[in-house]
Amino acid sequence: MSPLLTNAILLSLSLFTVAMILTLIRLFKGPSAQDRVMALDYQYLLAMLMMLVLGIRYASDTYFEAALLIALFGFVGSFALAKFLLRGEVIE
Amino acid sequence: MNSLHVLPFWVEVLTAVLLVSSSLFALIGALGLLRMKDFFQRMHSPALASTIGAWCVALASIVYFSVLKEGPVLHAWLIPILLAITVPVTTLLLARTGLFRKRMAGDGDVPPEVSEGRHEGK
Amino acid sequence: MKRLFPAPLLSLSLWALWLLLNLSLSAGNLILGALLGFLAPIMFAPLRPLPARIGRPGVALKLFFLVGRDVLISNLAVAWGVLRAGHRPPRSTFVKVPLDLHDAHGLAALAMICTVVPGTVWSELALDRSVLLMHVFDLDDEARFIEHFKSTYERPLMEIFQ
Repeated sequence: MSPLLTNAILLSLSLFTVAMILTLIRLFKGPSAQDRVMALDYQYLLAMLMMLVLGIRYASDTYFEAALLIALFGFVGSFALAKFLLRGEVIE
Repeated sequence: MNSLHVLPFWVEVLTAVLLVSSSLFALIGALGLLRMKDFFQRMHSPALASTIGAWCVALASIVYFSVLKEGPVLHAWLIPILLAITVPVTTLLLARTGLFRKRMAGDGDVPPEVSEGRHEGK
Repeated sequence: MKRLFPAPLLSLSLWALWLLLNLSLSAGNLILGALLGFLAPIMFAPLRPLPARIGRPGVALKLFFLVGRDVLISNLAVAWGVLRAGHRPPRSTFVKVPLDLHDAHGLAALAMICTVVPGTVWSELALDRSVLLMHVFDLDDEARFIEHFKSTYERPLMEIFQ
């Protein structure tokens, strides 16, 4: 792997980290509960994209499976939280 | 990592550009999440990372691994497909949650329910 | 044939999904994937409320690429809108769109398109499926937006699902 690609991956990982920090601020600040759920969902999304970038960095397939799992858990988690906020019960 | 394996230059440039642009879009999405004033305005910016951000990373992964392993490696494309199915469900539910909770709280800035007969007048 | 494969498209895509996830075309994986594609629609048949009829594959393909192009364009628009929100706040409003599409699967596809394209969020559907409430990030002309929405997305979907 050439220095060009290594540096680009480093840059993109640090941009993702800055994005995560900004989202974290919204997560703590968020005036309403649905703002916090949305910020948490975005955190999951960013973590999943970071996993894919790490997969390219280390040329490994394992990160792809981690990304799939994060995407699935993020979906189930945000879905349950949003459903709870909508009616106060997860399963009706 | 096999450091002896040398990739063509264009592959490295393409992968680098795709990765950096994806993270830039994700950063703009987070900025929108932080800066926008209203909950419904904030709902739009996560779509940046779940569409073009995910597409760019998946494309970079496909190009990089296909050249590295000298054959088509397409499984990264499953991530955008999975996101295209799951993200609308959460977004839709969150939008409904926002409307419901704002109506319950009596905020004036959301419209009344669109169904006939469940609110006065039309 | 119809009873053996109640949903041939679903079977085919499940098979492709299995092969993609395993990244191999070996005989064992081919058979296992085919078994999955064969059994899953039969096992889930009691859960399906109504079968989808998809016609006009040409229109569907055109719609697919159209949505892809619109996603790219509106991504740039929303990113630009976020970046200069400091000195020109986006004109976000709710828009009521009258709908002619009543098929459940078509509406599901429309909801997916509308949420995937940044800048529009599907917010609420009337119980009789006649009016849709949407939130738009930056709107300059309501009538033109509704016209564009109906002609680009709703009309092809009506052709596909009816």
